[in-house]
Amino acid sequence: MQPAALAKLLGGQAADKPLVLQVGSRLMFEQAHIPGSAYAGAGSQATGLQMLEGKVASAGKNKLIVIYCGCCPWTRCPNVAPAYKHLHQLGFTNVKVLYIPNNFGDDWVGKGFPAARGE
Amino acid sequence: MRALAWGLVVALVCAGGANGTSQQPSLIGKQAPRFVRQDLSGKRIDLAAMNGKVVLLNFWATWCAPCRIELPTFAGWQTSYGQEGFQVIAVSMDDERAPVDKAVIKLKMNFPVVMGDAKLGDDYGGVLGLPITYLIDRRGKVAARYAGESDLKQMESTMKKLLSQR
Repeated sequence: MQPAALAKLLGGQAADKPLVLQVGSRLMFEQAHIPGSAYAGAGSQATGLQMLEGKVASAGKNKLIVIYCGCCPWTRCPNVAPAYKHLHQLGFTNVKVLYIPNNFGDDWVGKGFPAARGE
Repeated sequence: MRALAWGLVVALVCAGGANGTSQQPSLIGKQAPRFVRQDLSGKRIDLAAMNGKVVLLNFWATWCAPCRIELPTFAGWQTSYGQEGFQVIAVSMDDERAPVDKAVIKLKMNFPVVMGDAKLGDDYGGVLGLPITYLIDRRGKVAARYAGESDLKQMESTMKKLLSQR
């Protein structure tokens, strides 16, 4: 999913809003994250995938879930692929990955999309 | 001559050596934000005490593939240029220390490694992607910023120019 498409979704009706989860670094999440998104653990680590399970435990299997990281260039990100795969293994059928070509700073914050700070 | 050398450094940086993000004001030419931390061995690391040295300040993490590629090069530079007043300081942006301890050994990091936090990231313009490397001149001013997979030959060239400035 492209950043502009997600920003549009987040500005829409509450019922249509996706569950947005950051699956990368907590330190980066603290510095900046997508408003309304939750930190769900690093997808590259077993403890992170456990945390992710907790974050989606109450979501319906067809709920739109958007995961993102942005720690590293898209082809180098160690987190989104395992998180995406894990959500599919859990039975979620509507999972999207936010396309961040370079990093969260350049491709979300730097392009003027809304960002929040803190936990 | 000194002004010319500085101009060359700035020109190199502007020519593409630093893929700076645009979301934060640039630190280039400004005093590097001071920080004091303990490194992994317990030694006090005070950036202000590095004045007189050229400092390579690298933000990295164990899970960051591009970081793991360039860190051994930085270790080599520490060996080669340390006597000339070059100092690498690595700031881990990992959430936990345990994998950092292992990586320091595996990657043969022969320079101080400190654990980062959101404040330190904020002070350096927001570390919202890795790796990010700053070159800081002997006067403590930020001379260059490199984000993402960088041209290490160009970075070394800039660093050597900074070392030549007394």
